Amino acid sequence: MSHDFPIEVNHLAMAYGSRVIMDDLCFQVEKGAVFLVIGPSGCGKSTLLRHLIGLQQPASGTIRLLGENYWELDEQARNRLMQRVGILYQRCGLWSSMTLAENIALPLQLYTKLSPTEIRDICHCKLELVGLAGFDDFYPSEISGGMQKRAGLARALALDPEILFFDEPSAGLDPISAMNLDQLIRELRDSLGTTLVIVTHDLDSIFAIGTDAIYLDPKTRSILGRGTPKELLEAPPAPEIREFLTRGGGR
Amino acid sequence: MPAAEIQFHDNVLVLYGDWLRGEAHPDAETFLRQHPLSGSLKLEVRELGKWDSTLLVFLSKVLGAAENAQISPDCSALPPGLAQILKLGAYGRRNAAKRQDALKNDDIFLQAGAFGMELHSTAVEIVNFIGNITLSLWHLVTFRTKMRWCDFLFQLIECGPKALGIVCLISFLMGLILAFVGSIPLKWFHAEPYVASLVGIGMLRLMAPVMVGVVMAGRTSASYAAELGTMQVNEELDALQTLGIPQMDFLVLPRFLAMTIMLPLLNLFADITSIVGGMIVAIFDMGITSHAYLHTLFTTTRLNDLVIGLITCFVLGILDACCGCYQGIHCGRSAAAVGKITTATVVYSIICIVLATSLITVISVLLRV
Repeated sequence: MSHDFPIEVNHLAMAYGSRVIMDDLCFQVEKGAVFLVIGPSGCGKSTLLRHLIGLQQPASGTIRLLGENYWELDEQARNRLMQRVGILYQRCGLWSSMTLAENIALPLQLYTKLSPTEIRDICHCKLELVGLAGFDDFYPSEISGGMQKRAGLARALALDPEILFFDEPSAGLDPISAMNLDQLIRELRDSLGTTLVIVTHDLDSIFAIGTDAIYLDPKTRSILGRGTPKELLEAPPAPEIREFLTRGGGR
Repeated sequence: MPAAEIQFHDNVLVLYGDWLRGEAHPDAETFLRQHPLSGSLKLEVRELGKWDSTLLVFLSKVLGAAENAQISPDCSALPPGLAQILKLGAYGRRNAAKRQDALKNDDIFLQAGAFGMELHSTAVEIVNFIGNITLSLWHLVTFRTKMRWCDFLFQLIECGPKALGIVCLISFLMGLILAFVGSIPLKWFHAEPYVASLVGIGMLRLMAPVMVGVVMAGRTSASYAAELGTMQVNEELDALQTLGIPQMDFLVLPRFLAMTIMLPLLNLFADITSIVGGMIVAIFDMGITSHAYLHTLFTTTRLNDLVIGLITCFVLGILDACCGCYQGIHCGRSAAAVGKITTATVVYSIICIVLATSLITVISVLLRV
């Protein structure tokens, strides 16, 4: 099944109770894009991500993920939809009572009919991909933060998703680890053709991997700019964006 | 859709068809058994359709075997995306070999040794903890404590008034049960009025403190452990330490004091409600007047019983508070660790309660008090 736009957002309003975070957001994400959601802290980037992956219900408007509206589906269809999506949480969200291999195996055990040997092979292969071969039997608390991020990525990749969501992938990583993770993300996209949605405010990542971006502005509660990070920098639609992308003009 | 297939000629491995999860596909082990790799290996694709992890698993096994046989495979004829991801995997495999040597060791002697070392360090930590609490109490009596009094007040309310309901309910029922069960043998000897002594001595001296201790272990010690443990996970304990605020004064002391002060008081309430519970059985089941019940109670139960009960409860308060706070402060940094220490707190508290009560009972009986 192919969709030109794996993600379509129409007139989305997000709110916590009566406090409106963003109003009337409209955008589409192209297949195979590395789509960045950028903006200052507290502008609602992570909230937007939570809406996209069905953790929070829109106050109004619709979100279509792979052509389907999450909130109109029944439980089974929701599960089927979410199996086609992989998510790397800001703090990894690895289950601390399970080893890395068990973390990756869980979605496979739940949603596929593979044999235990095949599952073990896939876990091993995914850990190899993210550079953690041999760490199958480690618990998340026994490895470093950068390794946890990569293990989280391996788990997100477990079901070969069509869309991958990242919440601040480089948060808490040193520049070298962050760069390696960026490179890994880019290589995975180039080889697997996955659509990536990344919430970030790490400038290096923004320019290194982004092919498309939206800038969320907390004051107007809307999208202030749209385009590749380079376009946004060279012809910023608003002064805030230039300031954001040049770290206050000093770059 | 054509199914996944392979052909192997002159060291050239050709891949066909769709390689998808859950569908039939060639098995890498079988292939490697039938065609041991030698000389060189070239990978090619022909009419390769869709593919996912299944193909990657197959190829990574074949490539791993090739690397073990000192063959460097030729992936130049593969689609660029596939070649690239295989390169990533190969890089991961090469780095794994180095790491694996230093990984976990399953030797039984090493494990026994590690267990012994851990036992030793735990013992040292417990002694350390007791010493620190003592120091912290010394700070308190010399007016140098960094404890916030509002924290102390909050903890007092938390383990006093808020626990009163469940403590009273349970001790009331305990008094009731004790009187019911005790009435059976007492009736054989026509000694019904002595149900008051049974409830009085049994509850005051032993059962009330134990019940209060167990209830508070499950209710308050566990919450101490979970709270302090989560603070450890969130690096809140580290933040206190770097600000130079001793966690003993700031976190442990208010909890410790609240528990040791409140437990004997709760015990008094437990004593009263359990006597009332026993009295209800005496009046309605055994036909004893309340006047006779109280008279027997006051003539046979001595002040010593009450005092021993209060002392026991005071000791149990110290033990409960120490178990909860010790476990909380020595928590690991994960959600699983918080669960583990909470369980450990309740288990160790109850073991300590039973041990301490036995010890106090034996000593008091030997001293004839």
